[in-house]
Amino acid sequence: MREKTPKVVVTFETTTDAIVFESESKADPEALPGRIIPVPSEISAGCGLSWCADEQYRETLLESIESKGLAFEGVYGVCMY
Amino acid sequence: MIYFDNAATTMIKPPAVAQAVATAINTFGGVGRGAHDAALSADLQVYRARAAVAALFNCPQPKNVAFSLNITESLNIVIDGLLANGDHAVTTAASHNSVLRPLFRKRDREGVDVTVVPIDGDGLLDMDEYARSFKPNTKLAVVTHASNLTGDIYDVAAMAAIAHEHGALFVIDAAQTAGNTPIDMQAMGIDIVTFTGHKSLYGPQGTGGLCLAPGIELPPYKEGGSGTHSYEERQPEFMPEHLEAGTQNGHGIAGLAAGLAYIEEHGVENLGAANAALADRFEKGVRDLPGVRILGRKGSCGNTGIVALNVGDMDSGAISDQLNQGWEICTRPGAHCAPLMHESLGTVSQGAVRFSFSHFNTEEEVDTAIEAMREIVADVM
Repeated sequence: MREKTPKVVVTFETTTDAIVFESESKADPEALPGRIIPVPSEISAGCGLSWCADEQYRETLLESIESKGLAFEGVYGVCMY
Repeated sequence: MIYFDNAATTMIKPPAVAQAVATAINTFGGVGRGAHDAALSADLQVYRARAAVAALFNCPQPKNVAFSLNITESLNIVIDGLLANGDHAVTTAASHNSVLRPLFRKRDREGVDVTVVPIDGDGLLDMDEYARSFKPNTKLAVVTHASNLTGDIYDVAAMAAIAHEHGALFVIDAAQTAGNTPIDMQAMGIDIVTFTGHKSLYGPQGTGGLCLAPGIELPPYKEGGSGTHSYEERQPEFMPEHLEAGTQNGHGIAGLAAGLAYIEEHGVENLGAANAALADRFEKGVRDLPGVRILGRKGSCGNTGIVALNVGDMDSGAISDQLNQGWEICTRPGAHCAPLMHESLGTVSQGAVRFSFSHFNTEEEVDTAIEAMREIVADVM
């Protein structure tokens, strides 16, 4: 049986902000590790987009958000499959 | 075929445009609809187009670019959203029906006061008269950047400054100028740029949009699917979803992105200069033919690459048909959805034959059209 692992999940106020993450990650995957996933329901109900990476990349992500001036709504720690 | 109806729609596109549409139509999921790879492919391409439009017009944020079906829809969104009973709006007689009809609908249905500033018989705008048209309750000036009949470009930076002196918002119809003439929203003081994708941006028909300056807010013209925030009763407040209800034309916008990349590669100034040079060559070749009257082309701000003309009292439709039947030359006769401009130029009943050029045209094609006009004129004059 698969086990849940800790993830860092970044949420966005707008879909466009999420796509900016995707675009920046494609250009520089090491600086922005992770990928877009549907927003986990434990964070928000609905059908929005969020960015998910392994918890070990939290600091890398936060540094990139800061240095690139990327817009986001919140950063969460979530255990997920 | 020789295609000189580029002011209506550009027919010859950069090859990458059709390739992008073909790729998109076989690989895209719904724009903003899910986190799977097919949806993200669409999202990324639409975002790239948004960013390219923002760069083209120096719009501060890609998020302030909303896509629409065409500039008519964009202008309806703006005019319907900004004006209400008690407001006054200013436009000019050079406006296309995509500006005039939404304004007149607001006038007739909601009592909005509309002033149309006259254009003279040479196609010129009297800036003093434009300035005098503003009133204390003027909410909006919405003007064409260039006449779709004559191609003459108007000084929108000066017009924006006057509008702002009177506390009004300033909106341009960039149907004829986007991709052809430099537009810098911030330097020119433009609050909203409306554009269409299928003319000098070389995108497919069914693409267009608008760019909002920071702080400009519009109510949604349509409400519906947004892909996110589905449990909220109303359309999301944030841009661009606020103005983009329903699945966007991702396939078309992918083609538009390819057109925008072509423009970025070649430069707006270069493309516009090439269009204008072909128009100048044509004008030089026909202006002294007996009975030929060239409309406009007397302004000081340049021309987008159009020569509109008449021959004596000949019906413009008959000339356009002869050009098509005899030389396979495509031109546009009639009224060009610019009724007040034709009134200004005295060509309501006759219309005019509009030759509108693209840099994809050649000098040989222009020379063929000059020769065709010589033969047509020789037959009737």
